[in-house]
Amino acid sequence: MVKLTGAQMVCESLLNEGVDVIFGLPGGAILPLYGTLPEYPDLRHILVRHEQGAAHAADGYARATGKPGVAWATSGPGATNLVTGIATAQMDSVPMVVITGQVSRDAIGTDAFQETDITGITLPITKHNFLVMNASDIPNVIKEAFHIATTGRPGPVLVDIPKDVFTELSDVQIKNIKLNIPGYSPNIEGHSNQISKAAKLINKSKRPVILAGHGIHLSQSYSELKVFAEKTQIPVITTLLGISSFNEEHLLFVGMPGMHGMAYANHAIEKSDLLIALGMRFDDRITGDPKSFALSSKKIHIDIDPSEIGKSVPVDVPIVGNIKEVLSRLTEEINPGDHIGWIKEIDGLKIKHPSLDIRKSDKLLPQQIIRELSDITKGEAIIATGVGQHQMWAAQHYKFKEPRSWISSGGSGAMGFEVPGAMGAQVGRPDKTVWSIAGDGGFQMTMCELATLAENKIPVKFAILNNNYLGMVRQWQEMFYEKNYVASTYTANPDFVQLAKAFGIFGTRVTRKEEVKSAIFKAMEFDGPAIVDFIVEQEENVYPMIPGGGSIHDMIEEPKPKELLR
Amino acid sequence: MSMSNNHKRIITALVEDKPGVLNRVSSMFRRRGFNIYSLAVGRSESPDLSRMTFVVDGNDAVVEQVTKHLNKLIDVIKVSDISDEKVVNRELALIRVNASTTNRSEIIQIVDIFRAKIIDVGSESLIIEVTGDESKIDSLQRLLSNFGITEVMRTGTIAMTRGKSEI
Repeated sequence: MVKLTGAQMVCESLLNEGVDVIFGLPGGAILPLYGTLPEYPDLRHILVRHEQGAAHAADGYARATGKPGVAWATSGPGATNLVTGIATAQMDSVPMVVITGQVSRDAIGTDAFQETDITGITLPITKHNFLVMNASDIPNVIKEAFHIATTGRPGPVLVDIPKDVFTELSDVQIKNIKLNIPGYSPNIEGHSNQISKAAKLINKSKRPVILAGHGIHLSQSYSELKVFAEKTQIPVITTLLGISSFNEEHLLFVGMPGMHGMAYANHAIEKSDLLIALGMRFDDRITGDPKSFALSSKKIHIDIDPSEIGKSVPVDVPIVGNIKEVLSRLTEEINPGDHIGWIKEIDGLKIKHPSLDIRKSDKLLPQQIIRELSDITKGEAIIATGVGQHQMWAAQHYKFKEPRSWISSGGSGAMGFEVPGAMGAQVGRPDKTVWSIAGDGGFQMTMCELATLAENKIPVKFAILNNNYLGMVRQWQEMFYEKNYVASTYTANPDFVQLAKAFGIFGTRVTRKEEVKSAIFKAMEFDGPAIVDFIVEQEENVYPMIPGGGSIHDMIEEPKPKELLR
Repeated sequence: MSMSNNHKRIITALVEDKPGVLNRVSSMFRRRGFNIYSLAVGRSESPDLSRMTFVVDGNDAVVEQVTKHLNKLIDVIKVSDISDEKVVNRELALIRVNASTTNRSEIIQIVDIFRAKIIDVGSESLIIEVTGDESKIDSLQRLLSNFGITEVMRTGTIAMTRGKSEI
């Protein structure tokens, strides 16, 4: 037992959990914690410019490293500014622990200055949350928070701590704390009978397809996925959040499915007789209309969250468990095999539906920029994005080779993720080149974090695909709202090169195809954060596209499908 | 997913007796769009745990999601769908009914038939306490409505499986 203040207990507990960096911004209710921080030099604090940036940065850190991210902020507006980042982490199952200051205990419920009910607000967007009313509870609560955030289906956990709890002294045990969460025991192993049933289906299948989702990253099942796919020669489709869980140069790699997925990937799903869904949740951006999704296939669904089974699509063999565990047992039970005919058929689909061909143009096309970036970085950079057209082009055209190299807000679709998300990834992986592929719209939502990058010499490189539009909004308006471009045109974007200068970082502009390569090299050669402002073709659209709620039969392809070359 | 029609199911949950647990449960029901027909909460046999009885309305797929999402809440220890088991279920109701000297004895007769109790007598009204399953209370309420019911309070169903020590 040692006598510590609540604030000291927080810091000691974070160190016990292996935390090395915290993204945060101070304010009244959390000041006692900041007062203690200098006693703990091993806890690196990165001062953001807006709390949303702290939450997204912790998220980006977690996605890039696999370790839980940590963000904190003060009560009231500090806490509410975290909300978008917390919701983003919840939708994508990202392990994160968020600490908020709260008004003192006797002021709770009185509408005190900067009081807000953040545990109430975050109830539906956290995996769990705590309001700590005694300092002596802090070591247990922090331990439980990290345990809940990182195990089972990961997610954000919020811990709200009143100001006077930070200063309260108490005798506590900081190490060797026993967890006491009787209502929480995620099923890890997977049921043997179900695994055998799945193996039988796989052994019988003539046209199986693997749908690899975010769960592969979350359970670190990269080698298990590879061994499983190779043993039976099953083609692999990676969902938006599954990107980079399987080397895109692998012969079994097909592509991304869904609304803006490759047409051949969607056709492969449609023609398949067995979908093997691994840590993915049949999101509406993948299924379109779930009633007409992949009707000719049986489905094996492996996920650690039982509530995902049968939520949107009926499943024949559900297996609840950790993918790493289940997949290695499943691999043992399946027969080695090949599906040469089926793979050839998919190769034929790739030729018939050339979804990734870029039209010939003298103009600066955004897809071309991503191709160049992919070539120059050899597919080995970490790519962070915002949400919209640039995100889809990045997902389609970058050739990802390494795990955890795709950092993007999927379920939540949070614009503004591109700046702080990339920052968190770079802080977690200082050894890697991090490119943030950004849109001019989302970039302006969180560009205040350029100051954080400059201050901390975090060398994120930005490729702004600048079309003076909210590009995806404009595309929808073009296709579904009679080209009525209401509130999607940005007529007064800042000069991003001058902006870079103002923040003391490198900036350059590209208006012609010929300048792309040298600008990318210049940005990478610069020792620090850098912006390349690409003035791209303004009204380029993302294809293929299945309109929302549609089916594969509604898919719009550009370029148009060719006749099968057989 | 089942295409069967909506029906009422009884689900019980053992939960930690902590502040905010009811809020977590009701917030989950609201967010997921599940309908609660009735909800009763009270202490259980252990001092740190409460027991909740839900009557929910939905098809099999919905009810399955309800139990899974209840289980997902960290403060929920155990969830049981006991609809298909042999259960006793009870609800308690207080009914205030208009009563004059002329019809009081008629009301008392009805109350006796239902093995209910009169727990308060006023000059112009009676308060009747009745326990039973939902349909019994519904019937009594229907009969008494002829006299003019001015207030009804019902606790919602609580239920327990027969012949077992614990659910």
